[in-house]
Amino acid sequence: MNLDLRIPMGMMFTLVGAILSVFGLVTMGNPMYERSLGINANLDWGLVLLAFGLIMFFFGRRGQKAALLAPPEPESGDPVRRGH
Amino acid sequence: MNQTHLTAVDWLIMILYFVFVLGIGFALKRYMKTSKDFFQAGRALPAWICGLAFISANLGAQEVIGMGASGAKYGLETAHFYGIGAIPAMLFVGIFMMPFYYGSKARSVPEFLRMRFDEKTRALNACSFAIMTVFSSGISMYAMARLIQVLHVFDAPFMALGLPMGYIFTFSIVLSAIIVLAYIFLGGLTSAIYNEVLQFFLIIAGFLPLVLLGLRNIGGWGGLKAALPVAYMHEWRGVTHASTNPMGIEIIGLGMGLGFVLGSGYWCTDFLVIQTAMASKNMDSARRVPLIAAIPKMFFPFLVILPGLLAIGLPTPHTTTVTHTVNGAIVRDTTVVPQQIEEGRGLVPAKMNPVTGKPMYMADGQPLLDYDMATPNMLLHFFPTGILGLGLTALLASFMSGMAGNVTAFNTVFTYDLYQSYIHKGASDRHYMAVGRWATVGGILLSIATAYAAINFNNIMDTLQLVFSFVNAPLFATFLLGMFWKRATGHGAFVGLIAGTATAMLHHGLTLPIEAHPGIHGGWITVLHGYPSDMAQNFWGAIFAFSANFVVTVVVSLFTKPKPESELVGLVHSLTPKQPVLHDQWWKTPEALAVAILLVAVGLNIYFA
Repeated sequence: MNLDLRIPMGMMFTLVGAILSVFGLVTMGNPMYERSLGINANLDWGLVLLAFGLIMFFFGRRGQKAALLAPPEPESGDPVRRGH
Repeated sequence: MNQTHLTAVDWLIMILYFVFVLGIGFALKRYMKTSKDFFQAGRALPAWICGLAFISANLGAQEVIGMGASGAKYGLETAHFYGIGAIPAMLFVGIFMMPFYYGSKARSVPEFLRMRFDEKTRALNACSFAIMTVFSSGISMYAMARLIQVLHVFDAPFMALGLPMGYIFTFSIVLSAIIVLAYIFLGGLTSAIYNEVLQFFLIIAGFLPLVLLGLRNIGGWGGLKAALPVAYMHEWRGVTHASTNPMGIEIIGLGMGLGFVLGSGYWCTDFLVIQTAMASKNMDSARRVPLIAAIPKMFFPFLVILPGLLAIGLPTPHTTTVTHTVNGAIVRDTTVVPQQIEEGRGLVPAKMNPVTGKPMYMADGQPLLDYDMATPNMLLHFFPTGILGLGLTALLASFMSGMAGNVTAFNTVFTYDLYQSYIHKGASDRHYMAVGRWATVGGILLSIATAYAAINFNNIMDTLQLVFSFVNAPLFATFLLGMFWKRATGHGAFVGLIAGTATAMLHHGLTLPIEAHPGIHGGWITVLHGYPSDMAQNFWGAIFAFSANFVVTVVVSLFTKPKPESELVGLVHSLTPKQPVLHDQWWKTPEALAVAILLVAVGLNIYFA
């Protein structure tokens, strides 16, 4: 595997989560939250996404490291038609 | 309510997504060395990535907007598209068909047909498939541009720059085209698959809070039940007869048409989804891909259908005047609700005649509802700025990844099955990779052309089901016979496919759903039979197409010479040696996973019956 998807994905959700949380903190008590039934949807959901992003990123980094340390995987499945 | 007020934070989230999408493309560019890397992701991806991409490839316009629309129109019965229309087929393709797709080393579904049958069957399939992917991608594009227009996403920036509003539709199309083109051009199938997975999580991130807020507002599941007619909240009630359920379809049409023919025709033969499974790293992973995909698929109705049900169940806003006294003076606060919304139901607006600007009515005097707006209106209703940006990004992402899946399927089939086979044989690998990149450009240009031609239908779902019933429904018979009956011949398959597609078209030309006018909805030859709904017409059309293909393939095969058995090893079930057992424990096998999924799916259906 060349690029572990969990790394960019974790980064993206961490950033989105951070942006939403900060924005939620700043706008706490703003009347716009009447829309979301009085819930600060930005802060609450931002924190969820932040946690999700960090976990994803952590596992991605661990996976990438493990892949670099491990001996190259044998060509499983199709030894014959490699590269056509 | 219909106005979108996006602020800087919404734009920031949207732009961040675009940066990552393109960034992934650039990061993958250096790994694209051979055509195998570009078209098949090097056949090296882990099963979970391919599995999530497998369902995301299908999670385009037809799913997110179309399923919300169907949910608002037909109720919980829409979940049959999952329970009957997808899960069994996904299990079937993983357990029984993937060994032949992956094991044959075919690079595309049409190439598998050439190995199993012959050149002409492949050519027929490759051509019809190429047209279909372009069509689907064009519909995605159209839906996206229309949504951007309706939600006024780009109005403020256009206003600020002094550009005419009429260009928003075109601007949206060009923008999405450029982004999708860039990341596929750079990273090929890997890029498309990675972005599909990204989009999978984005959809959950954007829609889960929507459903939670919607349910909370309406008073939970009980409140939703109380707000809607009984038939809306049951998947199976009244399904024995067409007149007693909202979709107007009876059990045979549903089970056979949707489950056996359309569902299998799509999930088991469409290269759009199969390509993600073929990109996985080994046979065991490839078989697991559709199974892994089936797990979230079972729960997706809660994310994509429920917003539609909630939208129709919530109270319809009306123009209200609140009178109250402030310091002895009488003050009247009037909230004006546009006619379009007042004439609608819940958050689903009425369809407006673009010429007169008045709501449109059906024959029985009920306003015609714009169901496609159900899900987007839910977003606007519940999301404050910030999370609204996330919700809109999730919607845009779903459109773009729907397009991307079609475009990568198109460039592979075009390059391998049309260009390499009939236009320029024996060129270097480098050449084919370049052709693949330019086919991407061509495919996107054709999609743009289709997007402008896709304006005639009011429900995107029905349009796609119609296309699938012409092209895909007969196809499943060909694969079923090809993989499980060694006697089936190339001539049989070819004639059978043509007979199947011809039957589908003939059926469409001779039948009409009630309340539709002859033309694009059917009956363009003459009306011999009326169906209670367009859905019923689609399902039955699929049944006829499948049956015609099956019978004709068998009959022609019996009169023509079969391929020698030695050439069919690895392609036909009875001639393929059994897979060696890879797992010590039975519960680690794909079969065990499939049985577990089946049990959960049946359980969900019983619970929501």
